Amino acid sequence: MATHLAGTHRMLADWRARARTTGRWRDDEAKLGALLLGPAVVYIVALVGFPFLLGVFYSFSDASVGSTSLHFMGLQNYAAIMEDPTFWRSLRNAVVFALVSQILVVVLGKILAMALYREFRGRWLIRLLILLPWVAPISLGAIGWLWIFDPIYSIITWTLHALHLIAPTDTPVWLGQPGLAMLSVITVDVWRLLPLATVIILAGLTAIPPDVLDAAQVDGAGFLRRLFLVQLPLVMPVMLVALLFGIVFTFTDMIVIYVLTRGGPYDATQVLASYAYFTGVEGGDLATGAAISLFLFPVLAAIAVFFLTMARRAEVV
Amino acid sequence: MDARRLTLRAGHFVLLGAFVVFLAFPFYWMAITAFKQSTDLLNVAANPLWFNLPPTLEHLTVLFRDTQFGRWLVNTLVVSTAVVAITLLLALPAGYALARFSGRRGRSLGMAIFITYLIPPTILFIPFSRIVADLGLQNSLWSLVLVYPSFTVPFCTWLMMGFFRTVPRDIEDAALMDGLTRLGTFFKVVLPLAKAGVLTAVIFTLTLVMQEFVYGITFITTSSNYTVSVGVPTFLVRGDVYFWGSLMAACLIVSVPIAVLYNFFVDRFVAGITGGALK
Repeated sequence: MATHLAGTHRMLADWRARARTTGRWRDDEAKLGALLLGPAVVYIVALVGFPFLLGVFYSFSDASVGSTSLHFMGLQNYAAIMEDPTFWRSLRNAVVFALVSQILVVVLGKILAMALYREFRGRWLIRLLILLPWVAPISLGAIGWLWIFDPIYSIITWTLHALHLIAPTDTPVWLGQPGLAMLSVITVDVWRLLPLATVIILAGLTAIPPDVLDAAQVDGAGFLRRLFLVQLPLVMPVMLVALLFGIVFTFTDMIVIYVLTRGGPYDATQVLASYAYFTGVEGGDLATGAAISLFLFPVLAAIAVFFLTMARRAEVV
Repeated sequence: MDARRLTLRAGHFVLLGAFVVFLAFPFYWMAITAFKQSTDLLNVAANPLWFNLPPTLEHLTVLFRDTQFGRWLVNTLVVSTAVVAITLLLALPAGYALARFSGRRGRSLGMAIFITYLIPPTILFIPFSRIVADLGLQNSLWSLVLVYPSFTVPFCTWLMMGFFRTVPRDIEDAALMDGLTRLGTFFKVVLPLAKAGVLTAVIFTLTLVMQEFVYGITFITTSSNYTVSVGVPTFLVRGDVYFWGSLMAACLIVSVPIAVLYNFFVDRFVAGITGGALK
């Protein structure tokens, strides 16, 4: 009995000591954490948070580049963009642009990742080559595509002529015809984002234990059933991350469109990001530009939270 | 059975070939354009895929002699170095703190930082131009040094958070037990283990500085202060005239070193992205 109690006492003392040290630990960590996090938070608040709020404020005002006067306008700018057909056109284009390119990126990325899954000779070289578009600065890559899409010297047109796929008199103006222009900017966006999606999905595929797939095969599951019922659900969280990055890049970035078409022809490739830039910065109408670029922010933020939460939940299951 | 395997192999080969052509062809095209003589380049009748006249260094000469390309490279390097330093100084400690704040608070802070990354650049751009003007930084490389970390710090913090989470806590605890201070543990134990993450953050920042030109074109007005991504399109595109050879040479000179560097860390980069999002 006595020895038993002594043991309990010792355990209690141990436990208290540990609780004390972990308590102090946590204290320390909270302070240290604040210290470490502080500078970054201050910077983000000062140079992202503050300008962002200023931008939000501009969207409710009549700010413009040339004048220093500033009046509160309420929702007038938002009402004005609702009436603006170019705005709706840009919104529709942005959705088409992001949706089509991201579906292509995820589907092609999955196929390419599966092709790269098994070890084979020269795999590193192939990987280096397919990674190039992601690692090269996109503004310069886009200039490269501008040359590929050149109305006279386009290598695509030359190839199509050489293969007799189109008539010699037929010279498509890749960036100058509305439908073709959209197709071209989507191609470049897919080109740029496919490598990242592929390596992300490949990482997900590699993480699946091989015995899971083997077991499914032994159980008699065919290729398609293995693909859709076993592999896809397991890679889903990783694919969602790839998709999230793609959507964010495609919606917020306008370099591809700025370099290739500047939104033309006739706004056929104008998206919200580029329209906001042309209106707010090049056109000098800060207030309207701010309202246009803010329009999608809540949607994007919601998509991001949804995807990140879903990806995490899918992984737990 | 053998025939079937052969067809599978051929299919695999064709599939990969198609992807490689799509993804890598533009770089081949840049390279061949950069070294072709102008008359060859503009000869519609000749086969454009290969040299019909001997290769030339003419476009490179134009780039280095007739433009301030060398100067722009130096400017880009200066801005990159400063932005990388600021980014690491802010993002490393913050990412570490976020990774070690266990529980909900750390997670929601991490998500909040990711969301700042979603803020459309255009909306920041407008207030930035006023801030830069108020600070008297127009036409100074410092304006870019001030502004660029606004996109690199949030993303790199988030990325580093993912990397630090992959460092097992036990290793750290063991180092603490052995008498290292918290700071000592961070520098001597944690940072070496997250080295790939640090390099990834550096490369991400470099790529961003190399390609950004919307801010550059607006804040910088003197050509001797241009960065590469501003100077190249400004000088080599004159109205409707494109100096394709020199343009492609410039693109290639900037892209290839980053691409090679990146290739070494791509696996870790992916681990960091998925780690940040999933863990």
